[in-house]
Amino acid sequence: MSVATAKITPNLIAEHGLTKEEYDLILEIMGREPSMTELGIFSVMWSEHCSYKSSRVHLKKLPTKAPWVIQGPGENAGVIDIGDGQAAIFKMESHNHPSFIEPYQGAATGVGGIMRDVFTMGARPIANLNALRFGAPDDPKTRHLVSGVVAGIGGYGNCMGVPTVGGEVNFHPSYNGNILVNAMTVGLADADNIFYSAAAGVGNPVIYVGAKTGRDGIHGATMASAEFNEDSEEKRPTVQVGDPFTEKLLLEACLELMATDAIVAIQDMGAAGLTSSSVEMSSKGGLGLELDLDKVPVRETGMTAYEIMLSESQERMLMVLKPEARDKARAIFEKWELDFAEIGVLTDTGHLVLRKNGKVEADMPVAPLVEKAPVYQRPWIPTHPQPVILANKVKAPQDLMAVLKTLVGCPDLASKRWVWEQYDHLVMGHTVQRPGGDAAVVLIPGPHGAPVGYKALAMTSDCTPRYCQADPKAGGMQAVAESWRNLTAVGAKPLAVTDNMNFGNPQRPEIMGQFALAIEGMAEACIALDYPVVSGNVSLYNETNGKGILPTPTIGGVGVIADARRSPKIAFRSPEEAIYIVGETGGWLGCSVYLREIERREEGAPPPVDLVAERRNGDFVRSQIEAEKITACHDVSDGGTLVAIAEMAMASGIGARLEGRPKESPNHAYWFGEDQSRYVLTVREADAAEFEKVSRAAGVAVRRLGTTGGTDLTLAGAGAISVAELKAAHEAFFPRLMGAAK
Amino acid sequence: MKSAIIVFPGSNREKDAEAALTRISGTPPVLVWHRDTELPKVDLVLVPGGFSYGDYLRCGAIAAHSPILREVKARADKGMAVLGICNGFQIITEAGLLPGVLQQNAGLKFVCRNVNLRVETSQSLFTSRYEKGQVLSVPVAHHEGNYFADERTLDELESRDQVAFRYCAPDGTLDSAHNPNGSARNIAGVFNRTKNVLGLMPHPENAIDALLGSTDGQGIFQAMAEALAA
Repeated sequence: MSVATAKITPNLIAEHGLTKEEYDLILEIMGREPSMTELGIFSVMWSEHCSYKSSRVHLKKLPTKAPWVIQGPGENAGVIDIGDGQAAIFKMESHNHPSFIEPYQGAATGVGGIMRDVFTMGARPIANLNALRFGAPDDPKTRHLVSGVVAGIGGYGNCMGVPTVGGEVNFHPSYNGNILVNAMTVGLADADNIFYSAAAGVGNPVIYVGAKTGRDGIHGATMASAEFNEDSEEKRPTVQVGDPFTEKLLLEACLELMATDAIVAIQDMGAAGLTSSSVEMSSKGGLGLELDLDKVPVRETGMTAYEIMLSESQERMLMVLKPEARDKARAIFEKWELDFAEIGVLTDTGHLVLRKNGKVEADMPVAPLVEKAPVYQRPWIPTHPQPVILANKVKAPQDLMAVLKTLVGCPDLASKRWVWEQYDHLVMGHTVQRPGGDAAVVLIPGPHGAPVGYKALAMTSDCTPRYCQADPKAGGMQAVAESWRNLTAVGAKPLAVTDNMNFGNPQRPEIMGQFALAIEGMAEACIALDYPVVSGNVSLYNETNGKGILPTPTIGGVGVIADARRSPKIAFRSPEEAIYIVGETGGWLGCSVYLREIERREEGAPPPVDLVAERRNGDFVRSQIEAEKITACHDVSDGGTLVAIAEMAMASGIGARLEGRPKESPNHAYWFGEDQSRYVLTVREADAAEFEKVSRAAGVAVRRLGTTGGTDLTLAGAGAISVAELKAAHEAFFPRLMGAAK
Repeated sequence: MKSAIIVFPGSNREKDAEAALTRISGTPPVLVWHRDTELPKVDLVLVPGGFSYGDYLRCGAIAAHSPILREVKARADKGMAVLGICNGFQIITEAGLLPGVLQQNAGLKFVCRNVNLRVETSQSLFTSRYEKGQVLSVPVAHHEGNYFADERTLDELESRDQVAFRYCAPDGTLDSAHNPNGSARNIAGVFNRTKNVLGLMPHPENAIDALLGSTDGQGIFQAMAEALAA
């Protein structure tokens, strides 16, 4: 068997994103010059996106195990046991580069891709979230990008009939040339019916299902592994085009087939399409794979083996079936009017062999392609530490209430209603906590789709990139802790996380340092909080013309709630209830939103997280929620305590009367400091004394801040502002930015 | 009440509707696949929300020409009750069961939020459980919900008591600020002349549980179950 070799020039190697050393390794593995198709396959499999070559050594430090973890990182998504024979399957993934080039399609296919990762494993997606970071609001591209990304996410998710229930949106000039679009899907499956990608059974048929293959998205994975420059617009042809209708059919067809026992292995075609799906299935199964590319359903004529293998056309799956199940499977896909093609067979050769027009286009050993993929111990240096900014070194404002109004209306804290009203967050009929709370809560659907009880899943996505920039380790720790805190605030027991690591160019030691240290901080927090990482995604080279983004390790957390009727919301429930803060307030202004928005200073060390206090405070709050003692609850994060209280007031229309702070702390530091591990919550007046007693017994610091009621927010000695005025400021930012009337 | 839900490729609220019908009428509906040409003997056909056939061409346009819709139309002409919600409203309008069309929202964006609906008549098998003028809180989730018909048709709809619901302020007044999609005369739902067919954009099937935000949609299902009880 001979493979037609191409003339491989140094230029061609460089165009494929391979180094001279990596190419030498290819020569060693192949024992000859590769064909063009083989070179393309090596190129995508060894791209940063597919091989994790810069990040692998660090990712190993994350804890991935717990008794409730069914499947950790390494499969299409992570799987956790949520009891009652059910499993939650989830993952977050980035689509940053495509979304910058073509925001609608880039974001849409990001959503489509992550949903495929989840239903490939046998789960019906029940909720989507997304974490978006845009450039400065006044950057000329921002409006176009916000509008396209939000419409794209809605366009895909709404059509799929999966509610988009939560997420986050931030703005910062460091994202001007490189936005972040991180999409997360949570699915539900029977714990004993999970599907994996390891191929098995020599002679079993390899089946292609879904949409046809076109020339779109060729080298998307390679694009995702390089920096941007002024010519990036020219990369538009590497962005895929999504068809949510086809994916909806693919979802229903796959789940229908998965209810039978036809499938041996299944893998979606995501980044690097047919290449990564076929290589992953065969390498995990330790088998060879022969494909006849003439049988691949194609959308265009004259496609070469190279193009077919590297296409990133969407809405496609590769499966290994039990041979006797072929006809049954075909009938299901025909019912849903999707392509179903037997394109190959499993072999015992350990080689991936590709034929096109009767010619062998590739014949390569699978094991070394995967196992010998380069792994780099990239040099790194720690981030220069920022000084701690003492509260009394920050000028006190004239008018505390005017500051509050500015903060609740600033881009990062303003209402995101304009965004999430474009997402169908109610379809499936199980959304208990809609967008705008600490964490989304959805009831767990029963066999016919409708909820059967009050058990629920809670989910959230979190990261504070400015903390990570100032101190990557503290920032990584904080991102995990905040996600754990947000789940706790709705009464959930946090179970596991998925991480989406968005960083700059790993070949720069300071960027690699941010990555390594963020992982260290995340690992410490995950261990301390029993909150393992079960899936994730790494997106590097988020730079434009040599300027990196703020390091952004987005954390997607999932927890379980035994009875959603007890889950508190952030809105004050009734007037004349006692308002408490749980956790110690020191008045930490370094790296705060206050410092940035009011003093225009982005500096200082971020607030440290005491993981012991985090756990103690959170466990206490959760126990009080379960005992039905808490009527409203909100974690304290960006903007500090007064912003948290204002958000609770705005969500309900009920005001509050707040008493003075303790003497030792300046007013603005006390109310706007971002000390960690804190919650603001309300308790019925009749339960207040008992609540204080129980908290003392638990060794948890609580302090009465005031009482709910009226329509104003009043702070003793600092004046008052009406909740309506705050809300008007809070709601104004997005419509004004986007020029929409409503 | 025996009911059926028509399922098209791309339907996505059929399970929400199934849950609501089952919960309130006590009898699970039959799900009928779009390629079926035979409709089981039922008292009510519900055409659910979603993106039938991807909503390519125009919302509801392809579904309106499916074989099963011909059957639905034939039975509706003989008096069978038909409820079209969201995409279902678009489909039965495209199929000619109801007058008018659903255009793109005036804001040009998808909109998902709870809206206030004013009940315009209690004189129908769908709205008998409500008082005329009662204000309900029910969610919408659509991109093409902007109801349009010529002035004469609108006048006729009004004079024949064929307007079922209008978007309104919490106190029931009509204004453009509380119209989520720019629909003509704030119309959210309309009947056919014989009032056995109702199409509406909002989702009563997502307003049947206080934990999920509202129970105001229950009345439609209760009214149908009562009127169509065997």
